[in-house]
Amino acid sequence: MSVQNLPLAKAINLGLQAAMAADPKVLLMGEDIGTLGGVFRVTEGLKTEFGEHRVLDTPLAESGIVGSAIGLAMRGYRPVVEIQFDGFIYPAFDQITSQLAKMTFRHEGALSMPVVIRVPYGGHIGAVEHHQESPEAYFAHTPGLRLVSPSNPHDAYWMIQEAIASNDPVMFFEPKSRYWPKGDVDMSASGYPLHASRVVREGTDVTLVGHGAMVSMMLQAADVAAGEGTSIEVIDLRSISPIDYAPILSSVAKTGRLVVAQEAPGFASVGSEIAATVHERSFYLLEAPVLRVSAFDTPFPPAKQEAVYLPDADRILDAVDRALSY
Amino acid sequence: MPFQSRYVDGVSSSADDTMVQLLTPEGKFKPSASAEEFLPYFEKLTDADYRKFYREMVTVRRYDTEATNLQRQGQLALWVPSHGQEGAQVGSAFATKDQDHIFPAYREHAIAHIRGVDLINIIRQFKGFTHGGWNPFDPKHKNFHIYTLVIGSHALHSTGYAMGIKFDGATNTGKPDKDEAVIVYFGDGATSQGDVSEAFVFAASYQTPQVFFIQNNHWAISVPVSVQARVPLYTRGEGFGVPGTQIDGNDVFASFAVTAKHMDDARSGKGPSLIEAHTYRIGAHTSSDDPTKYRSDAELQDWIKKDPIARLETFLKASGTEEKFFAEVHQEAADFAADIRRRTVELTGLDSSSMFDSVYSEPHVLMDEQRQWLAAYDASFEEEAQA
Repeated sequence: MSVQNLPLAKAINLGLQAAMAADPKVLLMGEDIGTLGGVFRVTEGLKTEFGEHRVLDTPLAESGIVGSAIGLAMRGYRPVVEIQFDGFIYPAFDQITSQLAKMTFRHEGALSMPVVIRVPYGGHIGAVEHHQESPEAYFAHTPGLRLVSPSNPHDAYWMIQEAIASNDPVMFFEPKSRYWPKGDVDMSASGYPLHASRVVREGTDVTLVGHGAMVSMMLQAADVAAGEGTSIEVIDLRSISPIDYAPILSSVAKTGRLVVAQEAPGFASVGSEIAATVHERSFYLLEAPVLRVSAFDTPFPPAKQEAVYLPDADRILDAVDRALSY
Repeated sequence: MPFQSRYVDGVSSSADDTMVQLLTPEGKFKPSASAEEFLPYFEKLTDADYRKFYREMVTVRRYDTEATNLQRQGQLALWVPSHGQEGAQVGSAFATKDQDHIFPAYREHAIAHIRGVDLINIIRQFKGFTHGGWNPFDPKHKNFHIYTLVIGSHALHSTGYAMGIKFDGATNTGKPDKDEAVIVYFGDGATSQGDVSEAFVFAASYQTPQVFFIQNNHWAISVPVSVQARVPLYTRGEGFGVPGTQIDGNDVFASFAVTAKHMDDARSGKGPSLIEAHTYRIGAHTSSDDPTKYRSDAELQDWIKKDPIARLETFLKASGTEEKFFAEVHQEAADFAADIRRRTVELTGLDSSSMFDSVYSEPHVLMDEQRQWLAAYDASFEEEAQA
């Protein structure tokens, strides 16, 4: 059957399985990903199927995992690394930003770095500190890395395979609050290139753009707005670096209003980058300034405050109203 | 009583029996008791090998002096001298096999030369033409990887590479001439880096075919090794499951014999191990450093007496090598340095748009846009000039 109804976590699992079956050089590395199947069970069953040299339960050391993945990639492997939680990625920061990202450049193109770093990220799960962060802007600022984030099971299944096929390092941000809801996955074709953004709901009055878990939040906001007579176009960014601006600029040409939504703090964020670029490229087409809806510029607070900290459909709609007021 | 470091600042307590030495600082062949298990490797060497070691050490020291001078004359932004460490480098490099992979830090000029790297490429790095300089995967460079400037970070790359060798089944096959292994070089300062500790952990966990080679030159810029370690560094790996051997790093024979055995052990499935080579950075850390601010002249003079080249020269002369050989080697080294000087001065040309070419292996929209923007920007000045 070419369409399956799956949770996003299972879609990634099947995507990993397909990539590993297709290429014996693909191997998985991370903490607890083998026998346990990962704390989110994304790699469940793969160690049994492919063996302990294809699915490595590594020592508990993030820099060690990424640094040794670099060496394995030099040897011709295509490592797929799991960082257990977003807030645990920083011990690997040097290996990712100074080593992995710059290896191809340092070797003047003589060496490719086909390494994927999977990062379950974002909030809405009520967890303790360091388990709900959105660190993508740190990495988007680093030349040499590609960043993508699927918002739905279909994209997750295909994008993980495309990320593994890329000869450049790809950071794969998995919206962990979306791991469990099911969606249709067309197992026969992806439909979009890895770095394409995509209009997921058409509208005429205001454009919303975001990635990961924000996409379902934006669609929820669009439903509410429709009931109030406002037509919202929703764009799923999919690729955080590079950003595919064509669908965004076409949409803005139609609506004249853009709101960017993200779970990350707004200061020096991906949303800031999009806002600046759209202002530069579409100044005369805009009816209102591009507005950002972000988390607050505080550390991720204790879980009892996360509903206040994270933007929701109401905060998005508040920005939509402000955009329409110009 | 507080635990005493076995190091006094700058000078190791080299009096103990653990340090493997074959050739004394006075140039006498007098193996230490600890050298016994390594002697079979030394015994494979011929007179021609001794002379080859000597030629390499002299050539690269002359190269290093020339590069230091070129820096002082404004030709290079920076230079990282290798003066004093030739014994550790030349002996260990000749102990590797062509199929082995070598991950250097950034002072391993002698090893680069032995593995076939044209040393102008290191000059190109320090003159600002490249961040790398050669392709380690080009067979003519015999798997000598490019320099790494973030201290210790390459230890993990070497361990990952060695994990790959093991997963490929390319080691411990019973064919030592085909079996692959990895050697990674770093200094005493690097042993404090978390990445080096994590490399020990991964190496031990996966039993990688790998040798960690510490060139303990006693100073991490201005900080003495006693700050990095309260125990001898050859014991640093023990708690990780990476056993070590301490050698006189200014003894090229000890460096050869001990590295050859450790690499053979790595190839035959005995897992990772470590070598601590006691040596000394006679020069500055880099051309921007001033070692007179932190170490004494007495200490320097003491180490000059232990020079790796002088002791081998004494040994060679005592064993009948003619003066003519030494004159020839010094002339060759002078010619080598003159050639490097000429080519350094002649280095030109770096297309400004090449910075966009290899950030990614695959096409990237920002690289395309910015390459085009720069071309148009540059062209606008030409148009202005013509107008």
